[in-house]
Amino acid sequence: MISCEKAADICTRAQYNEASFTERMKLKFHLLFCKICAEYSKYNRTLTTLCSQARLKTLSEQEKLELKERMKSGL
Amino acid sequence: MTEHQLYPDTWVDNYADYLFNYAVGRVSDSEVAKDLVSETFLAGLKSAKNYKGEAAERTWLIAILKRKVIDYYRKSNSKKGKAEVRMSSSSYGDSEGDWLEEKVADPNGNMADGFMENEELGLAIQACIAKLPQKQALVFKMKTIQGISTEEICNELGINPSNLWVLVHRARTALMECLNQKWFK
Repeated sequence: MISCEKAADICTRAQYNEASFTERMKLKFHLLFCKICAEYSKYNRTLTTLCSQARLKTLSEQEKLELKERMKSGL
Repeated sequence: MTEHQLYPDTWVDNYADYLFNYAVGRVSDSEVAKDLVSETFLAGLKSAKNYKGEAAERTWLIAILKRKVIDYYRKSNSKKGKAEVRMSSSSYGDSEGDWLEEKVADPNGNMADGFMENEELGLAIQACIAKLPQKQALVFKMKTIQGISTEEICNELGINPSNLWVLVHRARTALMECLNQKWFK
């Protein structure tokens, strides 16, 4: 059985589809027995849903640099 | 009431994404939205001496951005002669009902509700991200919002994948906590 830390790690990567099939099976098995991780995992999935629902936008680092430059030059 | 102060040097890092999300929601063109954010910061710098410290920095900046959005629509209206202006009544508190569109039953009413809710959610998430330690926020945004691959982020920031996942994990845990009361029902 994997540790809770390992389970959390797999769970996080699974949110980005970067956990392997074996890892996901190990996680599922762990969640059957660990209530705390099961709850955490549920919240983690909800967070993923919320983030995609919100259609978040951000400026790239390059664009932020340009903003800072513009503020400095006061144009 | 606590007195607030302005720290213009931190504006871009702390509020650019928050303001940008708000602006994109209103003008639905990211180039225009970016310009509006930029103008908001410049206007903020210019009128910093009028800041009385009554509102938090971010609230004050959003108020400026709202004016910029209105100005943008005014300008584009006068260019085209006439154009439909659709704004939520909340940002026009005092002129509520002036818009003809709002007096007509909206067949997409539910869609509009969904839009407002998504916008509110987006702003809530951005506000929570802004509270994260800088590196966590950066990695979380690159990974979740910009969808950059793990390998690329690691190269760019000079960290290894397990560092990256620790940062993402901490960021996510903090976000769950921060969003908890309202959004995790």
